[in-house]
Amino acid sequence: MVSQISIFLENKYGKLNELLSLLSKENIRIVAATVADTTEFGILRMIVNDAQKAHQLLKDHHVNVNLTEVLAIAAQPSVDSFADTLAHFTNAGLCIEYMYCFSSKEKSVLILRTNNRESALDVIRKQNLNYITENDLMNL
Amino acid sequence: MTEYWQEELETINRKDLEKLQLTRLWQTIERAAKSPFYQKVFAERNISVDTVRTLEDLQKLPFTTKDDLRKSYPYGMAAIPLKECVRLHSSSGTTGNPTVVLHSAKDLSEWANQVARCMYMVGIRDTDIFQNTSGYGMFTGGLGFQYGAERLGCLTIPAAAGNSKRQIKFIVDFGTTCLHIIPSYAVRLAEVMYAEGIDPRKDTKLHTFCIGAEPHSEEQRQRIEQMIGVKAYNCFGMSEMNGPGVAFECKEQNGLHIWEDYTIVEIIHPETLEPVPEGEVGELVLTTLNREAMPLIRYRTRDLTCILPGECRCGRTHKRIARFKGRSDDMIILKGVNIFPIQVEEVLMQFKELGSDYLITMETIDNNDEMLIEVELGDFSTDDYSRLQNLTKTITRHLKDELLITPRLKLVSKGSLPVQEGKAVRVRELRIKN
Repeated sequence: MVSQISIFLENKYGKLNELLSLLSKENIRIVAATVADTTEFGILRMIVNDAQKAHQLLKDHHVNVNLTEVLAIAAQPSVDSFADTLAHFTNAGLCIEYMYCFSSKEKSVLILRTNNRESALDVIRKQNLNYITENDLMNL
Repeated sequence: MTEYWQEELETINRKDLEKLQLTRLWQTIERAAKSPFYQKVFAERNISVDTVRTLEDLQKLPFTTKDDLRKSYPYGMAAIPLKECVRLHSSSGTTGNPTVVLHSAKDLSEWANQVARCMYMVGIRDTDIFQNTSGYGMFTGGLGFQYGAERLGCLTIPAAAGNSKRQIKFIVDFGTTCLHIIPSYAVRLAEVMYAEGIDPRKDTKLHTFCIGAEPHSEEQRQRIEQMIGVKAYNCFGMSEMNGPGVAFECKEQNGLHIWEDYTIVEIIHPETLEPVPEGEVGELVLTTLNREAMPLIRYRTRDLTCILPGECRCGRTHKRIARFKGRSDDMIILKGVNIFPIQVEEVLMQFKELGSDYLITMETIDNNDEMLIEVELGDFSTDDYSRLQNLTKTITRHLKDELLITPRLKLVSKGSLPVQEGKAVRVRELRIKN
């Protein structure tokens, strides 16, 4: 499991840029990010190299932010590896609430959140999936 | 044991109070007859002191409106020579001609006594350090509380409005124990304190807040009390009636005692102008009983409230009025439905995910009048999109139940609505009028 930063975002000019430069000034590296949005508001989800530090920094700047545990699974960069990985969860009867991915060096990493944390961890153990920890993120 | 500032007057029995009121009403009519405005009104309607034999006869006298005050600008309401007046307050006149209120030296002294009586009622004593965050100058919350607090004997700090960091520095350095503050600004000030690493419950000596000058909900009061660790009491006043001190909550926090040795209270239906039964909401109408320079008879305040039936446990016999529903001027009419901003506030404050700043915008979209409510989130975020959508839906449903129309609700991030250090602007009117 890794900690994901989730930020409530208004659709307002310059808002995203303001947040990102705040993080870069404090040397926080964004490993992966995704924005879900509608016309009214959005949620910016991010994996960073130091989630605790980023969380505190954003809180100090009165940003609506929270930390969520998500699964981070390393897959081989082959054609069917994403499909195979997801199939394990689907076969266990789990729903994927959201998912995004990033690549680093040789690894492709899937970030996902399912509707049941315990069962998802079970799948990882049983299928012996290669998962990423907070420490791995620091060294990426 | 309740302690009183003026025990005899505050706990006077109703019969004696009414006797006192009638005597003072006669004096008021005699004084008023000397002002150009009332001279004309009385002559036209053949009114004199003899018109009023009992307190009920007050209803034979005509109302005085804000418009009358505007038309009498600047000195048409003066009942004594200007030479005997020592102070003039004037309204901003943002919605028309300004109005003027004149005071004699005795008027100012009576006003200070009224405010001191209110402050004493909520437990403020001469040992307290009182910081007034009202604007000074023409705004009566400034000098009104200044003189009242000094009469009471408090060490009084005329901090005036705005500049939160300086306010906090005063509170900490001077050991301020009591504050007079606008409720929306109280929340803002608390937020700044926490952001500066100051916990007002531990790091300050604050124990009592006098909050007023804008309508606020019980939820808002409780939020202030919890955030800052104080007791907050609702105060009511208006510049036409001197300013603060007209009515004030006692420690029971259940309605505001309106000082009936200073004013006669009536509640009328705003359209039929007939008196409404006790407990029913209507427009507050006040007659001054103790004012020399500018007596007002049956002044229509535009404020909507009701008389709370029954006696108060504090032992004071002066009637209590309910928390204000708003001003009839603040009422928004949308699709034929009457809405007060305070109703919106009452709903929003029930959600712990939300902060305390909100803005209502009335707008016309595709020839349709609509209400947009923007509300700031509190310390809340989520990775779950559906949670935001559900929150929006739930709040909207609660608003619809309260308002009877469905507003468009928009959640916005903390601190994104304009920062307000004075009276909060809660409604923006952008509708296209045909």
